[in-house]
Amino acid sequence: MQRLQEKLAACIQRGDKAMGLFMTSGFPDPESTLPVLREMDRGGADFIELGMPFSDPLAEGLPIQRSSERALQAGVRMKDTFRTAAAFCAESNTPLLLMGYANPIHQYGIAAFCRDARNAGIEGFILADVPLEEHLPFAGEAAASGLGLVHLIAPNTPDERIREIDRATTAFVYAVSITGLTGSGLGAIEHVETYLKRARSMVRTHPLLAGFGIRTHEDAVRLSRHTDGFIVGSALIEKVETLWNHESKPPKTHYEEIRRFVRALKNGDKGAEEENP
Amino acid sequence: MEKTHPLPDERGHFGLYGGVFVPETLIPAVEELRKAYEAARKNPAFRQELDTMLTDYAGRPTPLTFCKRLTTTLGGPKIYLKREDLCHTGAHKINNTIGQILLARRMGKTRIIAETGAGQHGVATATVCARFGLHCIVYMGEEDVERQHLNVLRMRLLGADVRPVSSGSRTLKDATNEAIRDWVTNVRDTFYIIGSVVGPHPYPMMVRDFHRVIGDETRRQLREMEGRSAPDAVVACVGGGSNAIGLFYAFLKDPNVQLYGVEAAGEGLNGRHAATLTQGSPGILHGAMSYLLQDEDGQVQLAHSISAGLDYPGVGPEHAWLRDTGRVHYASATDAEAIEGVKLLSKTEGIIPALETAHAIGWLPEGIRGMAHNEVVVVNCSGRGDKDMGTIAKHL
Repeated sequence: MQRLQEKLAACIQRGDKAMGLFMTSGFPDPESTLPVLREMDRGGADFIELGMPFSDPLAEGLPIQRSSERALQAGVRMKDTFRTAAAFCAESNTPLLLMGYANPIHQYGIAAFCRDARNAGIEGFILADVPLEEHLPFAGEAAASGLGLVHLIAPNTPDERIREIDRATTAFVYAVSITGLTGSGLGAIEHVETYLKRARSMVRTHPLLAGFGIRTHEDAVRLSRHTDGFIVGSALIEKVETLWNHESKPPKTHYEEIRRFVRALKNGDKGAEEENP
Repeated sequence: MEKTHPLPDERGHFGLYGGVFVPETLIPAVEELRKAYEAARKNPAFRQELDTMLTDYAGRPTPLTFCKRLTTTLGGPKIYLKREDLCHTGAHKINNTIGQILLARRMGKTRIIAETGAGQHGVATATVCARFGLHCIVYMGEEDVERQHLNVLRMRLLGADVRPVSSGSRTLKDATNEAIRDWVTNVRDTFYIIGSVVGPHPYPMMVRDFHRVIGDETRRQLREMEGRSAPDAVVACVGGGSNAIGLFYAFLKDPNVQLYGVEAAGEGLNGRHAATLTQGSPGILHGAMSYLLQDEDGQVQLAHSISAGLDYPGVGPEHAWLRDTGRVHYASATDAEAIEGVKLLSKTEGIIPALETAHAIGWLPEGIRGMAHNEVVVVNCSGRGDKDMGTIAKHL
């Protein structure tokens, strides 16, 4: 978890907004996940969330649902996710988190999961269906393995609960930008900004990052005005989905396009040629 | 109202099971619901409103019918049927939708959503929405839309917007995912009427409370008919488990009453089935920890049953707890045994049961073996079979 904390602290110190990127493990196919992660990294990701596919992803909109279904159909299992994660962590210092749902971890065994995650070099995890009310067994094992457990807040989360989540989370607070699913539209942007401003005034201990519904550099700039950074998932998944559905083009071009897309997310059009140090 | 056991605890746990495994966006909604329900259950005016509607609209109390010819045919204990099939809309489901719609109105919610498998809960929800002029959206798996077409027509006639769900298994599990996604998206004005004793706290407790009338009436009726309020055994089919818990709840504290829940064994326990408590393992789905049909990676597996209402890979958390404590015995009946159950009850008593109910009937010949003639068994006749005639016809 230390690498993630240091990375976010460094971004804040430089005055940069941190960019987190989500990719489903096993998507677009089991062999291509790792090279896709590499391009996300080179394109400028400050950290990466690797999605653990689940049969019933009830907080996801269609793009991530489809990616999860495709990965499961291709036979991707938790051990494959760990393998991909370990390979990525062996070659990059960019912090890697796992994101998903409680049941696959419960079934794996929470302690065994945390141990294997730690051994793979993973920094922590985010669970979409584990709120404060149920987090203790997960948080306990995570802490024992030196992993972080990132908590989410939503636009309808009351002030006192936001403060409580700020105390309970590790690494950062994940502000879901809208009451909705991943990949939804942002709706009236003033409402999102009002909420993020409110969240900013409550979250004092940890960095605050906004996610859900961010599709472009402009969205990212706007939403990170009141936060320390932003997270993009569905838009990137859709990009990959579109590329891999054009079978005629060689994969090499796909990877270049992913890198370009990621750079543009971070820097806008003008910064699209910059290389990640 | 008297509680027969102190569970769930304040956080919605039945031992290891239950809880609130939902995205943060739904926490304020389940919290609002929990508080509204706590207030309503203590409010005599709410109780009165509920009782009146159960009587004047749903047709309660439902009869307890002694099955003379079935008893003679099986040659064992005296068999009674609790006639939930005679409720308005043809199944017990309306007890719960009446309770939840009255609560939704008190909470000022204007948009109602529901999931449905066989369509019975969808029909019961569309019915109460029509009664109160509320907008109703029902999520239903595409496969169920095809095999339960009659109920789709009923829901549409009642003014509901039936939305076919094409993701995943295209049955109840994915209809529930889609209803939860709708709730996350429209959380401020939407009330989600869950159709069984599943989902995050307070649903398993609240839905149980709305169905406990089944068992409470049975005790009173049995006292009049048999001179004692507790039978020797109670039997109900279990999918999510709402009709079963509704009947069992009144007898949990009587250690001499044997309780039997009958799950769907589908093609047999070695093949495709929906016997979650018999064959599954603990896991987390749709907001709660309970038993689950899942693979070793924690991916939820497809359930199978001839009955669309039992075709669900999860089960209510209170059943999970009752299984572990041994208070309830969970058994199963196959598709073929359910069909035999339909035939048996139809021919001996002139009652065509729903395919769900038929699992409890189909289990009887085996299940009551060894019981004496003077013993008494109550079976929950949770629904009527009209909706299943298409399926039943293929097996006559």
